[in-house]
Parts: sequence; C-alpha cells; structure tokens
Amino acid sequence: MAKFEPVLFARINKPDSTSLKTYMADGGYARIKEILSMAPVDVINVVKDAGLRGRGGAGFPCGLKWTFLPKDHPGPIYLCINADESEPGTFNNRILMEKDPHQLIEGIMIACHAIKSNNAYLYLRYEYGRSYRTLDAAIKECYAAGLLGKNIKGTGFNLDIVLHRGAGAYICGEETGLIESLEGKRAWPRIKPPFPAIEGLFRKPTIVNNVETLCCVTHILYRGKEWFQSIGVPPDPNNPRDPGSYGPKLYCVSGHVNKPCCVELPLGVTARELIEEHAGGVWKGRKAKAVVPGGISMGFLSDKEFDTKLDFAGPGKVGCLGLGTAAVVVIDDQTSMVDVLFNCCRFMSHESCGQCTPCREGTAWMTKILTRIRAGQGRLEDLDLLMEVAGSMGIIPGTTICGLSDGAAWPVKNAISKFRGDFEEYINSKRATVTSAQKLMEAH
Amino acid sequence: MATVTVNGKEVEIGASERLNCIQAASKVGVEIPAYCWHPALSVVASCRMCLVEVGDKKPDGTVAMQPKLVPGCQTPAKDGTVIISDSQKVKDARKATLEYLLLNHPLDCPTCDQAGECYLQDYSFNYGRGYSRLNEPKNIKPDKTYIGDQITLFTDRCIMCTRCVRFTREVSGSAELQVVSRGSHEEIDIFPGHPVNNPLAGNVVDLCPVGALCSKDFLYQQRVWWLKSQSSVCPGCSTGCSITVDQNEERVYRLHPRTNEKAQGHFMCDEGRFGWKYTHSDQRLTSPEARTNGHVTSSDFDSVLGSVRTALKKAAQGKGKVAAVLSPWMTVEEAYLLAGFLKSLSGEVTLAMGPVRIEGKDDQFPKDVKGNVVEPVKFTIRAEKAPNRAGVEAVLSHFAGDVMPFEELLRLSSTGKFSAVYLVGGDPEGWISEIQAEAFSKIETVIVQDILSSPVLKHATHVLPSGTFVEREGVFVNHKGLAQMIRRSVRGPDGTRPDGRLLWELAERSGLIQTDTLRSEIASAIPALAVIGNAELKVNGVLLDEAVVAV
Repeated sequence: MAKFEPVLFARINKPDSTSLKTYMADGGYARIKEILSMAPVDVINVVKDAGLRGRGGAGFPCGLKWTFLPKDHPGPIYLCINADESEPGTFNNRILMEKDPHQLIEGIMIACHAIKSNNAYLYLRYEYGRSYRTLDAAIKECYAAGLLGKNIKGTGFNLDIVLHRGAGAYICGEETGLIESLEGKRAWPRIKPPFPAIEGLFRKPTIVNNVETLCCVTHILYRGKEWFQSIGVPPDPNNPRDPGSYGPKLYCVSGHVNKPCCVELPLGVTARELIEEHAGGVWKGRKAKAVVPGGISMGFLSDKEFDTKLDFAGPGKVGCLGLGTAAVVVIDDQTSMVDVLFNCCRFMSHESCGQCTPCREGTAWMTKILTRIRAGQGRLEDLDLLMEVAGSMGIIPGTTICGLSDGAAWPVKNAISKFRGDFEEYINSKRATVTSAQKLMEAH
Repeated sequence: MATVTVNGKEVEIGASERLNCIQAASKVGVEIPAYCWHPALSVVASCRMCLVEVGDKKPDGTVAMQPKLVPGCQTPAKDGTVIISDSQKVKDARKATLEYLLLNHPLDCPTCDQAGECYLQDYSFNYGRGYSRLNEPKNIKPDKTYIGDQITLFTDRCIMCTRCVRFTREVSGSAELQVVSRGSHEEIDIFPGHPVNNPLAGNVVDLCPVGALCSKDFLYQQRVWWLKSQSSVCPGCSTGCSITVDQNEERVYRLHPRTNEKAQGHFMCDEGRFGWKYTHSDQRLTSPEARTNGHVTSSDFDSVLGSVRTALKKAAQGKGKVAAVLSPWMTVEEAYLLAGFLKSLSGEVTLAMGPVRIEGKDDQFPKDVKGNVVEPVKFTIRAEKAPNRAGVEAVLSHFAGDVMPFEELLRLSSTGKFSAVYLVGGDPEGWISEIQAEAFSKIETVIVQDILSSPVLKHATHVLPSGTFVEREGVFVNHKGLAQMIRRSVRGPDGTRPDGRLLWELAERSGLIQTDTLRSEIASAIPALAVIGNAELKVNGVLLDEAVVAV
C-alpha cells in the first residue's frame, strides 16, 4: 500500500498554521461561497453518501443524524460542537484545534449551512487553554474577514460561533450532558426520547458533532465522496447493517511505547501496525500485553488480538465495545492488569454523574473491590462478583440513561475474561501494591 | 380506547389518559416498583427501579419486544403496548438495583423514623436479596440538621431519587435543594444560607421514599406501626386539602396529605401540616359551665345543656329574641342541627354567619426567585382561613333565606334586640375581639360553644366546650364546592363533647348521633346539598352545585 498522505493533519506542521492567511494560501475557504450556495439538502446528501461516521465514539452516521431534524422547522436550530475531549488517551481534537482551527471552522460553516442553523456552540474542554486561545483568535479573524457573522460572502447565510469553555467533567462530553451543561445546569444526561435532533439545546432541534467529524466534512465537500470512500474499509457484505468505515482517522497512540503520537491513517489499521510502525514499538524492549483500542471504556485487546482491524466494526468482533475515539493505549507485559483495571474503575467512579443507580453505585463498588484486591485482601470470588456487577451495570444496550455505565463496565468484563490469570495470580500471591500515599489519594 | 397488555392481562385505558407503564400496570393491580417517579413531578428515570420489558403488539397478533429493559416511568402506554414485569430478566434487574441502593445505606432501620413505611424496606423485602455482598467500608456522609426549620436530612440514608430537589424546583419554585458532588459521593444539600423554609417545605418529607428527609416535629415521636390513620380534611384554609391524621392513644402525631385530584392534588402546606397543635393544648376549654351573675352554678354537661335548652325556650317566646352565630368551622351536619333546632323553637330566630378570617391574599405556587407566580399554578394556600364557609352558608340560606354577616349581627346585638344568643366559635386563632364581645355584654343569655378561651367568655352565661376537627365527624365544603368528610381520630379531653353530639343532645333527638342518617336527612331537606348523601363522599368527596359556592 502506498504511503497515506495525511489530509486532516496536512497543515499541522506548517509554520503559522493557525492563521487565516496561511489557511487561505493552502486553499482553505476557496470554495466556501460555492458550498454555501448549494441547497442544504444537497450538502447533507453528499455527507450521507460519503458514509461519514461520527468520530466522537459511537460512530453514528453523520449525514443520517442531520436528516433527523424536523422538516421545515421555523428555527432556531443549533449546532453544538463537542470539543470536550475527555476519554483517557484521546488527544486528536486538541491537535486539530491548536494547529488548524480554520479547518474546523470551515467544517462548522458547512454543517450549519446543511442543517440550516445560524448558531453554533463550541463546547470546549476547560483544560484546553491553548485550544481556547487559538480558536478564539481564529474566530475573531473570521469575523474580521467576513467569514462569520451576517451575510457571509454575500450568500445571505448568517452564522455566529460561540466558544464555551466546559465544566470540567467527563460526562459533559455525552451529547445531552453537554447540552445540559451548556444551558448552565448540572451535566446530567437527559432521558431519550426526545433526541436532541428533535428537542435539544434550549428545547430546540440540535445537532451535536465531534470536532474531527466536522473537519472531515470540510474535506468531503472539497474532494467529493468518491475520494472519501477510496479510504478505509468498505461495508462487510455479510452484515447488511454495517455502513462501513470510510475515511481517514486520527489514531492517538500512548502508553508504554517509545514514541507516543497522534497519526492520521485510513480506518482499518491494526494495533500491531500502530505500535510497530508509527509509535516506535513497545518501550524498553518489552512486549505489549494488552491494548486499549479506543479509550478505556472500550475494553482491552489481548496480545492474540493485536491484528484486529481498528475500524468501526473491528474491536466489536473481539469482545470490545467498539472503536470509540481510536485512542490506543499500550500496556506492556510488566504491568499488572489489576492496576490497569483499578485505574479505569477509579476514573469511571470519579466521573460517574451519579444520576442512575447502577452506574453511581456500581462504579464505586467495583473500585472498592479492586482497592481491596490491591491491598492484598482479594478473594477469588471477587472476580465473579466483579463480572456480575459489570454485567448488571452495562448490558448493551444499556440499563442506564447514558452510555457511561456501559463504558465503565466494559473494561472490567474484558480485563477479567481476557486476563483472568493475571488477577488470580495477584490474588493468590496476596501482594499489596498500594502505598500509604496512594491509599490517602484513593480515599478521595 | 387503547388496549395494553400487562403480564398477559389486558386492560383498557382511555385515549386521553396519557399513562406511563407504571400507571397502566397499576390498573390491573400489578405494582411496578419505582423511587424517583412521582405523578406530580417531572420524569427523570434515574433510579432504574421500574425497569420492565416492553413490546408492541402488531395488528396481526405478533409481539415485538424491545431487546433492552426500559424504565416504566418514561415509557408511555399506548394501544398495543405489552408490558412484562414478572420475567426473570426484570427480577434480576430489580434485585441488582436494590443491591446497589443498599450498598451505602446504613441499614439503621431500628432508629429510623421511616421504618415501617419505607419503600426501601418494602421493595427489598419483595424484590431484593437478603444480604449484602459489600465487604468494604460504606461511604459515610454527615447528617444535615440545618436543612430547614422543620426538616432534617440523614444524608447516608438517601438514595438520590431527587424527588425533593424536583419538588422545590417544580412545585414550590423556591429551588433550595440541590445535588452536590458526583458519583457515589453525591449528596442532597441546600445552597448556603437558604434553608428549606418555604410554606410547602414539609412535603419533601412525604416525598422522600426513604428515611433521609425527616420532619423534626415527628422525629423519634412514634414508630409508624403504632399509628392509626384516619382520612380527613385539613381545616386550615378553604382549599380543604385531603389529609390523613395519624394518632396513637388518643394523641395526634402528624398530618400528611392524601392524594386527591378533586381537592388539592398530592401536597399540603406547612401551615396546615403543623396546625393541629391546639388540639392538645392545655388552653382548651374543658369544663361546661352554667353561670348565674358570674358564678358557676353547674358544671355537669347534661345539666348545663338542660339549662341552655330552658333559656333558649324561654327567650324564644318573645318575638325575634333569639339569635345564633354559626361558625365556618362547623360541619354541615352541626350547622344543620343547630339551625334546625333553633328554627323549631321559633320561626323568628336570627341566624348569622360567624366571622370568616381572611389573611392576606391567596398564596400560589410555584413562585420564581422574585416571588412572582409561575403558571401553571400547582398549589394554592387560600387567604380564607376557614374550612366550611360554603357549607354553612348553604345551610344558612336554607333556613334563613339569606346569609347575615357577623358584623350585622353585632350591630343588632348591641341594640339590645336579643335576649339570647348562641355563639359558635371553633377558630383556633380566635374569632372575636374585646370590642366585638362588648356587643353581647347586655344580653341575658349568652351561650358560647367553643374550643378555646375568647373575650366573649366573660359575658357568657353558658359555656359548652366542643371538639376540634380531629374529634368530630362531618362534612366540610371547600372553596370550589367539594364536600369532603372529616372523621374522628381521637377522643377530646374530658369535659368536652364533639359539637355534633352536643347539638344532637341539645335538640333532644333520640339515641346517639348518626351522621350517616343525618346526612341523608340534610340531602333530602336542602336541595343545594343533595349530593352529600352519595357514597363517593366518603372517598374523594363530591362536588356541589356551583351556585352554592358563588358568593
């Protein structure tokens, strides 16, 4: 296969890549007037036909989501851009926003035109200070250049982008949690139906899209759906419900590798390729024991499964929850899965919003059990108990309002079923790996 | 009509009923347990206790079930909806949810006020497992006694159903309560310096399905299984909230609202909730008296009543010499007995309406932060602080043709027109001032039937200690003409008699008072009150003609 030319990341290493001047010099906004003059439904059809699936984690077809908006709604319709990138191991949106903000803004303009929205809210993770400053500057540049505001480029299209810094919680990245947070409330995900496309932000139809998805939209409109479909994995002919995994994807590789990185590759590379070819191999000459395919809530791949294709369908075939955010975290063979799982559970119990009973209590309970195991007081029955708790918390499709509960349960299910030996050895050895400082920390 | 199938049983629901699965299932007697759902509050579907299997029956008879469990509270019951709540899958989910809820619950039932009427106990018993598998220390959360003047929070018992939070946001509008922290460290709390002291605050205690929010007034007073309940009506204002009176050993311990869509809905105000204390006050009148020249000549009920009767009969021989004040705190039956008795003595008797206490304006909820009422109004505390103006007026108009206001009677009294007046009180906040009482100072016979002392007592020749609303039985008619029954919960203190019995004996009717028979008599005698003979009166009340209340 010929070397893949990055598209989303094409400009990130150029000097002054964040300015409007260089973006336009590279051909940005060149056809925006033409695109804004297209009928919105045509824009939706291009995106729909290209088979663009949401990059935020669930992989829902983007164009299809746009068609769920009520027809002939008098408005306002809102677009929310989910830049609350908080899945552990994920940092692709950050690079996009810090290095090439105009690519995102152009995507927002196209998406807003497609869904007939004049207001976009960019919900930015609070911790992303630099992204905030870059985006803020870029948006101001656009206003000054007449690319945002009233009657953009004489097309009669109005658009305002509001940059909103988030509330510092994982759950704010859930689409309805984000909407609640944006409305100034506690980010408790809403019950569905009604879905946001019918009743979302300020009780108006709302579309929530990820940053990377919107960046893809820009390129689909510029290069056409044929280009998009020439990249990635076509649908599985044996599975009529598989829409395929087309397009480039930003894979974030972190953990125990020599060169943690974020690379743009066609969907469908394997974990092994990512580690060996792009991340410089496992560190210290060790071997990888497990790989998180797409953020910790997606579960784990064991070493036998490293050749799984990381497209939207691949991880699911080996018992993971899905591709998620394509944040690949590598765990070497010197690391205990008990510690890894404990970390996952601690994160999830800290971030559980506390609305639904199974998630609120289950995440905390699993953390307590793992804390006890790590204190050398584990029993083999605890593993079955963990599996049972995880089973009642996250039954796909879930028993709770949002997917956090499933995401919290999945790593537990995966870790214990794929690495049970690790756990049994740990428990039988009666090892205690918790230091007193950690104990203090865990109390909070 | 829509047909819903619940566990194989079919039930018809009205097309406009808009029920959820919990309500539809309850129609066939199937209980779907739920904590966070409450019919008067918004749906949050967060406790996950009401998970059921739901499907759709296609016209060809096949049933397509949804693959996952769905919350019954959030799922509307439509034509063809199939609800399964007794499958193993549902039972397992309930068992798991209950185990989660009890993980950090202190299980301090022996010292918890809620024990005995606790949904956590009931559902654990019915659907839960018998033991906990938690081997780790429980989360410890501090109790919050500062949460309101009448309310205390046992934080560790809380199951985070957020009913209380939604109540303060949606019904009272005051929004004092909130959720703080996250995950299993979540707690209910107030905003600093803003305790839950709104006029509807006590309802959060009733709403709490567990023992987390407790009433300071009731705290550690009684075990609930000792209490005997009687349904009744709150006499605090003309809203006439349906309530339940809980008593033990002739002592009232609490009132709480009884759901009645015809009356007030689901709630009651704190004024009414804690407004029964005068019942057990040591200021109650407990000694019947007949006085001559200021000296008590008799303090035996039967002889005092005899003396009252003699005095009234004597006065009735003169033309228009007898007058009576009927209090809006009397029941319809009592008003009928008194008015009927006096009419039988003399056709010229003057009947007047007692003072109807009005305090400020109707207080409506929810209110926004500035105190403006937000539509739709969900609760009203009425300015008219009397329970039965409408009912007594209906009796008065029957006997006297029109309703004479109290002030007019005072004026007539001070002219020396009457030689005997029969005054009925009953308002615990007092109903007559010193100056008003002077109007009766020159009258030969002043009979006072009341529960507490009042300025008019010093002019009284006869004192008849009567009963409060928990000691009597009868009908109250509220502001919109809803006739409801109050019932006797406790026996009054020695030396008092319930008004009904007292008047029955005064009228020399035979046997013991039977309010049922009396009501049928009233129903046939007074057309405006014809409906009070209906059996429905004893359940949620009956609505009178609108003409009765339009005054």
